Amino acid sequence: MAGFFTSRLFFVSLALVIIAATLPLYVSGYVLGLLTVAFYFGVFAMAWDLLFGFAGEVNFGPTFLIGVGAYTAGILNAQFGWSVYLCIVLGALASVIAGLVLALPALRVRGPYFGLTTLVAVLMLQNFVVVFADLTGGEIGLTIPDVITINAGANYWIALGFMTISAAILYGLSQSPVGLVLQASGQDPVQAGALGFNIVKHKLAAFIVSAFFSGLSGALLVFYFGTASVGTVVDVAVGVNVIVSAVLGGRRTVLGAALGAIFLIVAGEFLRPTGELATFIVSAVALLVVLFFPGGFLGAALSREARS
Amino acid sequence: MRAFQILIDGFAISALYALGATGFTLIFGVSGVLNLSHGAIMVAAAVAAWAAASILGVGTYAGALIGVAVALITAFATYFAVVKPIQDSRRIPNEEKEIFVLTGTLLWGIMIQELIAYFFTNNAKTVLPIVEGVVEILGVRTPSNEIFTAIVCCLVIALLWLLVNRTRTGKAVLAASMNPRGVTLLGLELTHIYIVVWAIYGILAGIAGVLLGMFLGVSSYSVGPLTASAFSIVVLGGLGSVSGSLIAAFVVGYLETLTAYLVSPAYRTIPALLLLVFVMYIRPQGLLGRR
Repeated sequence: MAGFFTSRLFFVSLALVIIAATLPLYVSGYVLGLLTVAFYFGVFAMAWDLLFGFAGEVNFGPTFLIGVGAYTAGILNAQFGWSVYLCIVLGALASVIAGLVLALPALRVRGPYFGLTTLVAVLMLQNFVVVFADLTGGEIGLTIPDVITINAGANYWIALGFMTISAAILYGLSQSPVGLVLQASGQDPVQAGALGFNIVKHKLAAFIVSAFFSGLSGALLVFYFGTASVGTVVDVAVGVNVIVSAVLGGRRTVLGAALGAIFLIVAGEFLRPTGELATFIVSAVALLVVLFFPGGFLGAALSREARS
Repeated sequence: MRAFQILIDGFAISALYALGATGFTLIFGVSGVLNLSHGAIMVAAAVAAWAAASILGVGTYAGALIGVAVALITAFATYFAVVKPIQDSRRIPNEEKEIFVLTGTLLWGIMIQELIAYFFTNNAKTVLPIVEGVVEILGVRTPSNEIFTAIVCCLVIALLWLLVNRTRTGKAVLAASMNPRGVTLLGLELTHIYIVVWAIYGILAGIAGVLLGMFLGVSSYSVGPLTASAFSIVVLGGLGSVSGSLIAAFVVGYLETLTAYLVSPAYRTIPALLLLVFVMYIRPQGLLGRR
């Protein structure tokens, strides 16, 4: 861990964050808005990577955790008029509870079976939103009366700050002894258990941390958009984007996941002129990365550094 | 009257689900691959059949054949361009191949979906049915097409059963699903078996897709729900167990039909999802699955 502060990765990340922080001084509000969403997405992807890359749990439903946080915050604000900050905190807490519920099957079943349970969780949440339309706004979406701020620059800094802090915590956690135990229990639960580590406790912790950051980010995103809808925070397609971001950026690197998310969202925007083919091109690029650089962007960069 | 209607409609939709899920579970059983581009392959088959029959005007039979052929080609493309490279890759650790196959086939499915949307728009397409008209069974007016769908599904599944249990190739496939290493020790090439399985899969998915296109119609939006329903049926029945999938398909099919008729079509999928969660907690390996 101490080595990290002198490593090249640390200086590169620091430089990137400083450059990113000065962006509002010379780029348009449009670019800032795009990056704001990308940063929140980066947190989704990092939280997912903690669960998959380290705890070894294939969570096909990152949007279950995101959606619970986002909708809890949104509903409390829109229907009960509670203050924005309270709603955000409660959204994150609700997401932690959702994470615990999701962790229950994970401790019983493994691999594809767990993956499916998480997918079903998303579909259930989606059905719930549609069925209880009075409360949730249904398929049209929920309009949120309050926002944190309408200043594009301030929103951008909040998102950047949030992503940087989350990245520091999640990365620190992944490199800590707890992260190593988590990685061991993900790769070989029997052996890790035989070494005397409490796997259940570690995995539960991973679920709680992942859910907390997913929910918090989801709640913040809702107050940035001013609306909560199935298409933006719950849909399986959103979850697919989160997973693709993490795999693209390099799984088991945490920081790579954020890079992948930013790339995915910015690339999607650049390809907008190609119209309907944009998603096709992004998917094709992602597939090529998966096939030829399975380590992802950061994985490829780090292994080259390690070799030289 | 209504009971008969539910019985008949439920049978047709269940048989279709069964056909769609059988190929999916076969591939998993033999090669451990969960193909998330399944829905895309089915939709590709239906859209090809629709385009051949409605735009090129080759007739319903030729259209259906073209649809199945397109599914077969897409299935092979999936195997050779996505699944095989990942399985053969040395840079991907073995324990992570599963997630890479899932991600890879998912992306591949999205690519197919987007191409279909680009060339043929997102509009729903109904393939011209091979059989037209309406017949009355037990007092229920039923489209002949629905009966045709049910019969074809049952026939194809019966043929598959014969193929797997009565032919040499089929027995090799069955053996590979039980013990892949044992099969290679007997001098059979696993890759050949995989190709046979993907061919069977392509044909099954193609037939299911074309029939679905005739029965309910498809659009590029059906890709996700189709994959999800095949996935849940297969898990409910037990991954890799063909008979388990057949039972699960009928359970899900009838549950959906019952809900749609008795409660509301809007809640159609909810009871099946609840059942799935319930089964996962009680019996994580599914109805007939082995651990």
